[in-house]
Amino acid sequence: MKEENARAYWAANLRLILTYLAVWFAVSYGCGILLVDELNQIQFFGFKLGFWFAQQGAIYVFLVLIVMYAHSMNKLDRKFDVHED
Amino acid sequence: MDIQTLTYLFVGGSFALYIGIAIWSRAGSTKDFYVAGGGVSPVANGAATAADWMSAASFISMAGIIAYAGYDASVYLMGWTGGYVLLAMLLAPYLRKFGKFTVPDFIGDRYYSNVARTVAVICVIFVSFTYVAGQMRGTGIVFARFLEVNVNTGVVIGMAIVFFYAVLGGMKGITYTQVAQYCVLIFAFLVPAVFLSIMMTGHVLPQTGFGATVLDAAGNDSGVYLLNKLDQVVTDLGFTAYTDGSKSTIDVFFIAAALMCGTAGLPHVIVRFFTVPRVKDARISAGWALFFIALLYTSAPAVGAFARLNLIDTVHQTQYEELPEWFYNWENSGLIGWMDKNGDGAVQMSAGAPFEGKPTFAGSRDEAQGSYGEHVLTNAPTDNDAEVYIDRDIIVLANPEIGNLPAWVIALVAAGGVAAALSTAAGLLLVISSAISHDLLKKTLKPDITEKQELLAARGAAVVAICIAGYFGINPPGFVAQVVAFAFGLAAASFFPVILMGIFYKRMNKEGAIAGMLTGLAFTFSYIVYFKFISPELNTAEHWLLGVSPEGIGTVGMLLNFIVAFAVSRVTAAPPEHIQHIVEDIRVPRGAGVAVAH
Repeated sequence: MKEENARAYWAANLRLILTYLAVWFAVSYGCGILLVDELNQIQFFGFKLGFWFAQQGAIYVFLVLIVMYAHSMNKLDRKFDVHED
Repeated sequence: MDIQTLTYLFVGGSFALYIGIAIWSRAGSTKDFYVAGGGVSPVANGAATAADWMSAASFISMAGIIAYAGYDASVYLMGWTGGYVLLAMLLAPYLRKFGKFTVPDFIGDRYYSNVARTVAVICVIFVSFTYVAGQMRGTGIVFARFLEVNVNTGVVIGMAIVFFYAVLGGMKGITYTQVAQYCVLIFAFLVPAVFLSIMMTGHVLPQTGFGATVLDAAGNDSGVYLLNKLDQVVTDLGFTAYTDGSKSTIDVFFIAAALMCGTAGLPHVIVRFFTVPRVKDARISAGWALFFIALLYTSAPAVGAFARLNLIDTVHQTQYEELPEWFYNWENSGLIGWMDKNGDGAVQMSAGAPFEGKPTFAGSRDEAQGSYGEHVLTNAPTDNDAEVYIDRDIIVLANPEIGNLPAWVIALVAAGGVAAALSTAAGLLLVISSAISHDLLKKTLKPDITEKQELLAARGAAVVAICIAGYFGINPPGFVAQVVAFAFGLAAASFFPVILMGIFYKRMNKEGAIAGMLTGLAFTFSYIVYFKFISPELNTAEHWLLGVSPEGIGTVGMLLNFIVAFAVSRVTAAPPEHIQHIVEDIRVPRGAGVAVAH
């Protein structure tokens, strides 16, 4: 495998990780902790929105993030021809 | 059939299942013993990780903690799930590609140093033992409450079961029993949660019932949202609103970060991802693990809110004689205590502790009966209106009784509690035994032993570890409850940064890694020891560094680790060429299969 290819693959992976971790940070530390009082002014069904993020929403988003990352990486592995099998 | 018989049947049946699986999946090689042969499917590994991860504390205590702490308990929910995102993206796939057996294996090889390996082994053993003592105790308590045996007998039975499948089957045996244990525990948690949700809101899913309107006694929609009603009820009694926090934002932030990074750095969790066949399996397996965990973790806050409201509705301002049966039963177990401070014969709830400490009774129930038939307490009363002590741990265990659910549900909850405790204990014991037989013996002290001898040593180490864990279960050090902060704080301050830098920063060398690990450890260790053991009276917000509690200090230790490691690595020599090649190699998935051979 060429060194340049490996470098480009790694850079693409880092970009994905940073994007997904930004969302990870935003839903948990952002919506669930730092902005919780502001978001609690908004009603979301029977929940205050900030409280919902802290006890439900963040967990759902975490799950979606992992599935999306795994999926994106499978595509990236093929694109750079570093996939297994 | 009565509850007692049903419980014996359920718990006994689940034990037979675990032992059957252990016999079917005996380990034949060290690879079987350490990483289940590396052939576990990502879904099975996800379920096993979930069972490994969710301990007796998650199963029994968490919903109770949420019921009492409301929003403040969110740190546990986010902290213990958010770590899986870090695992899936930052650690698991690369460690799988690296393809060794243990966490100290990676640290020792990546940092080309047996000093680093030994520091890692000591951390693994310390973190895992503090954790496992609590699990053994948890098993004993569940046995004692539901099977009416002595707590110590319960610990010994638990030891015998774990002994059987961990020593015989190693990681292979543990993995498949954990899958079975996950099924038992999640079923046992969700059945009462669904019943409770239907009863209170008419919603089948606790996750939506949590945000729905409450049904009144006749089963008609009252039009009031459950959480609004709960906020109202608890503030009327003088508590902080359920959906508001009382901890400072900075502390909540640091605790959540310590729990997340600690989760990602816990050796018994990381090692599970060594068992899947491919790098891509490691990524999605973290997703499966979180899915299985989220089933419980998104139901628990709903259960907490239902239970709190239900409890206040049932107990507050009710005449003692008119309380439901479960109240007297748990009073008999010493987990509920009532002191009629105002002499009106009714139970009043209010903010603050009703009396000093946990309930202690003046004598047996018949000898020490108060004027309303209550079991008289000898505790010193406090000067507030609160009259009743209800232990947080009974929320989950008593839910089926509080909700008037059928007897088999109660038996199921008992089997679930035991499954949660045993699965976590087994995972931890395996990590301890492999740290000793593989990292210490094979890799450091006696590299020339054969695989057969190493397997024997691994089994021997597991036996010793089980006995030590059992000893701590029977004679619990007074600080079991305090050491949870230790396990997460130390994992966050030691393993997480060095593994992360080992993968993402090629220039990181052994000097930097060792200096960083020791700094993070020493700082976190002394901070926790100071506030938890040396000067517990100073353990309040105004004395904390930056307002960060001992639970959250692992985050500061982690940052120090990063800074020191980086600084030291800049002024010392770069790691040798072949190490830089290892780093390049673990960053690409292809070739994971071959790397397993030692």
